Amino acid sequence: MSTAFVARRQPVQRDPAWPGRLGWLLAAVVLLWPLLVTTEFKPWVLLDPQAVRVTGHFIASFVPPAHSLEFLSLVARETWRTVAIATAGITLGLLLAVPLTLVATRALSMSALTGQMASLPLALRRAVRMLLIGLRSVPELVWALVFVRVVGLGPAAGVLAIALTYGGMLGKVYAEILESGDAQVTQTLLRNGASRLQAFAYGLLPQNAAELTSYTVYRWECAIRSSVVLGFVGAGGLGQLMDGSLKMFAGGEVLTMLIVFVGLVALADRLSAALRRALG
Amino acid sequence: MRPPAANRPYRLPPPLFDARCRACWLAAGVLLLVVASFASLDMHWVDFLSVAALASMGRLLGEFAPPELSAGFVRSVVVAAWETLAMSALGTLLAAAAGVLLALPASRLHDHDRAPGRAPARLLLNALRAVPELVWAALLLIAAGLGPFAGTLALAVHTTGVLGRLFSEAIENAAPGPAAALRTQGCGTARVFLYATLPQVLPQLMSYSLYRWENNIRAAAVLGVVGAGGLGQMLSFHMGLFQMHKTATVLLAMLLLVALVDGASFAWRGWLTR
Repeated sequence: MSTAFVARRQPVQRDPAWPGRLGWLLAAVVLLWPLLVTTEFKPWVLLDPQAVRVTGHFIASFVPPAHSLEFLSLVARETWRTVAIATAGITLGLLLAVPLTLVATRALSMSALTGQMASLPLALRRAVRMLLIGLRSVPELVWALVFVRVVGLGPAAGVLAIALTYGGMLGKVYAEILESGDAQVTQTLLRNGASRLQAFAYGLLPQNAAELTSYTVYRWECAIRSSVVLGFVGAGGLGQLMDGSLKMFAGGEVLTMLIVFVGLVALADRLSAALRRALG
Repeated sequence: MRPPAANRPYRLPPPLFDARCRACWLAAGVLLLVVASFASLDMHWVDFLSVAALASMGRLLGEFAPPELSAGFVRSVVVAAWETLAMSALGTLLAAAAGVLLALPASRLHDHDRAPGRAPARLLLNALRAVPELVWAALLLIAAGLGPFAGTLALAVHTTGVLGRLFSEAIENAAPGPAAALRTQGCGTARVFLYATLPQVLPQLMSYSLYRWENNIRAAAVLGVVGAGGLGQMLSFHMGLFQMHKTATVLLAMLLLVALVDGASFAWRGWLTR
């Protein structure tokens, strides 16, 4: 046996590209510096003895979680309220989104059957799409702040805020889903004299029903999370209850609500995954 | 025996409700949920659909115009917008780093990996993800004090949960070949990850992080409402004082910032997946 096989050269153990990687890392740190200054990023604040004492007291008060029957029934009522606000908001959002989607969808255009879409329908569709994007890009919390001024504290502000934001979101994505599929069936129906609504109901809808439903269910799950957040500005539900408990440093109540909250989101997650799987 | 009919015999459509039809039960359940929701909320429809309410709404919207555009105020809005941008960017960056660190124990790296930390790490990620940014901010204000630092941490904590889960799925779905080749050569877990798995999934991880940055700029814009700095703090301050012209400027800045980040992230992601 020749020695050439035995004394095989060891492969290079060092990363041949390390100077370049180090250079990029240093450049990133330099770029990062203004961000750290702007956000007052001082992690040692967390270790300040005063802060540690306050935080320690607060965290110590977490145990045991509040479990009196009275409080639990209050939490149950507010949890239902949170779900109800999300559901009602999504329903109103759908009422807003579906007609706008029907107007905005290019696949239902009559004039586009013969080449270019005419200029007036094109302008209308663009305008509706801009409206949907505009509704969507105002965060729901801002809508809620505005509505709290108009209709006062209470679930109505939360429902309306979710309806507007999610109406825009659903409408935009619905139009995209409807346009992404094969348009041939719809166009054939339109060419043979079907009205737009008939073409939608018998052409577009059966093709895309599963995807539309699954997106709606996913958004419902997101709306539950939003509706908790809206409680912080006075729209009722778990968020408002939690805001109150936080202000009174009632750690046990906060922990109970956090547990309920994680459970609620996990449940909605499970439910929506199961529904989407069932719809295939 | 009769020959089969040339045309299929006409059949009536199925009855609208059938006890064995799962979709029917589903639809009935959804309908019940919607009705129960509307019934249990004391919405006072009359109060805000009445002419008086609509008029007051119109008046409120009318008060927004024109937005306050004096140089001093615009400058403070720009500063707040920069603060919001910095919060969202740094929060996303921290979350991406923490997400990778948590995604490693949360994923099964190869077929013989027992991954003992998988279940607890996933539980932690789910818990971080379930609590929204605003709730984290309200909690962290106690430890970190008022200001953008608490907001940045809140964004980072929530986004860690989201990104960690997405990252662990990306790592588990990466093609196993390169990692197996290094492992059979005797490389340790860290090296296998750094030189085989990470280069494969890096574009996907970056694209997820950019997508979350878009979400986080929206979230950062409103985090200030609980006192965590940025545009949101200005918004709740001026709205609380009914200074509608100034509120309008802040809202415009918010919309502009969101559109800007959306555009930048869209272009960057397009470049990544080119």
